[in-house]
Amino acid sequence: MTVSREAVEDFLYHEAALLDAWELDAWVDLLCDDAHYLVPPNDTPDGHPDTTLFIIADDMDRIRGRVKRLKSHDAHAEFPPSRTRRLITNVRILAQDDRELTVTANFSVHRFRRDGKGGAYVGKYIYTLRIEGDGFRIAERRAILDAEELGGLGAVSFIL
Amino acid sequence: MNSNPYIIDNPGGNDFRLNRETLVEPEILVAERERIFDQSWIYAGHESEVPKPGDFQTRNVGGRPVILTRDGDDNVRLFLNTCRHRGAKVCREREGNTKRFYCFYHGWSYGNDGALVAVPGQDAYPDTFDRSELGLQDVPRFENYRGFWFASFNADVEDLEPYLAGAKEYIDLVVDQSPDGRMEIVSGVQEYDIAANWKLLIENSFDDYHLHSTHSTWLEYMKDSGVSIKVPKGLLLPKRGIGRDLGNGHAVIDNVNFRGRPVATWISIYGEEAKPAVEAAKAELVERLGEERAERVANTNRNLFVFPNLMINDGSSVTVRAFWPEEVDRMKVTAWALGPVGESAIMRKVRLDSFLTFYGPGGFATPDDVEALEQVQAGLTSTVKEVPWSVMTRGIAKEGEQLNSDELHLRTFWRRWNTMMTGEPAATEAAQAAE
Repeated sequence: MTVSREAVEDFLYHEAALLDAWELDAWVDLLCDDAHYLVPPNDTPDGHPDTTLFIIADDMDRIRGRVKRLKSHDAHAEFPPSRTRRLITNVRILAQDDRELTVTANFSVHRFRRDGKGGAYVGKYIYTLRIEGDGFRIAERRAILDAEELGGLGAVSFIL
Repeated sequence: MNSNPYIIDNPGGNDFRLNRETLVEPEILVAERERIFDQSWIYAGHESEVPKPGDFQTRNVGGRPVILTRDGDDNVRLFLNTCRHRGAKVCREREGNTKRFYCFYHGWSYGNDGALVAVPGQDAYPDTFDRSELGLQDVPRFENYRGFWFASFNADVEDLEPYLAGAKEYIDLVVDQSPDGRMEIVSGVQEYDIAANWKLLIENSFDDYHLHSTHSTWLEYMKDSGVSIKVPKGLLLPKRGIGRDLGNGHAVIDNVNFRGRPVATWISIYGEEAKPAVEAAKAELVERLGEERAERVANTNRNLFVFPNLMINDGSSVTVRAFWPEEVDRMKVTAWALGPVGESAIMRKVRLDSFLTFYGPGGFATPDDVEALEQVQAGLTSTVKEVPWSVMTRGIAKEGEQLNSDELHLRTFWRRWNTMMTGEPAATEAAQAAE
């Protein structure tokens, strides 16, 4: 079976819609039980989290902890929650076998907070998607930022 | 600026207040650059960042663009990153290895020892033109303590070691966790801005009073992971910790560990597979340092402030954090992870993982600290006329030690800051006098 780009795009757009809507429990359901969510540091985008200090390097335990935290009113950096709008483009399937696909996509995630705060997080996703039945689940999502430094964006306190 | 003093400091009358204009007025920042940053020792980098001859890193130190490099004779050097001809930066890459720093504008080039080695068309200059006088400019003073390199733009500043005063003891505790006494900066740097006055980050970096209210989600995560966060009567944190004045404006909070340390107190969050490695690290400490010192290194967490803009937090990981005020209400923060040279793969993984749980722009705590500081700045900036003072008296009436949730260590910074800004001597607290 060959997976179409259209099917992958539908999946990524669905994920983006859940995150923009802060439907975080539904987002977690898209992840495999051994999933990883990674945001490498701006200066070492190709690094490995075991040897390089990342911005985010979550296994599933910490993803669940992150979601629990973000749903609380005490995640002060995200209360009230940021408004986000994700533009996902340039979706490409780089490799696939019967079990998994490697997918890249460009992103521009616009974040808005009160008092004019926020910014555009621009970069590239690299996904490992696992084929499950008729659909996919996410085994790894790596969000690589293009900016030379995080700078005025400040934090990656929401799910990028 | 209003005509009030920067601080009202009367420990005998149990009073300490901060004039909020010190956090708001652009003219204060101008004065700080001259009276504090140009007079003090400023952290410039760690020896491990330039391990081989020719290695370099470019960055901002004390507001200047600099090149941290190791020359061909194995000396760590710090040059101002400006061509002696017209002034362009001679190195524009973040890091690398080179024999030459080359100014592309007119083609002057410099060795990694700073010497001006080539000038195109040199014959058009008069006989008085002397290449040996036109090397890259060294910073006036550049010294290291146990691998941490500091620069000063004041040629007459006291030597680094007496300047560091009581902070040395706490740098020693950090370095002592390495079996061969060498630490290294780990790959990967976090660089982010905070829209707040730089002095607010000093307070925040070792203020344990805010832990419960600002970081309840982190505490909850730790609790969910099996760490006891029960607070005994009389404390605000699960274990006891104190604030200390270390002299020359340096200060520390020195806490009995409750949150786990890669070297070397295992907690369940590290995973069973890491337990033998963490226990072996503790055994190595006992063997090398003796039981008492090993316990000090392995089971206390210390947030060390080195005046004026360096924090070394040795706790759930070792964080080196320097910051620079770009504007009165905006700072640039650079954060690195530090670990022992030769650390095993599993220990390095635990160290980095543990770092990220709390610290950094994607951690479970730092973003909320950033939010707090930005809310402080936003709240006080335009209300300073109506609300001119911040109260900072926690612990001031105590006779003995003050806790990590008191404010002696905050007042220590502000007293030094005030003395450097005004020339006025600082008051002394009973708790300090007793030491």
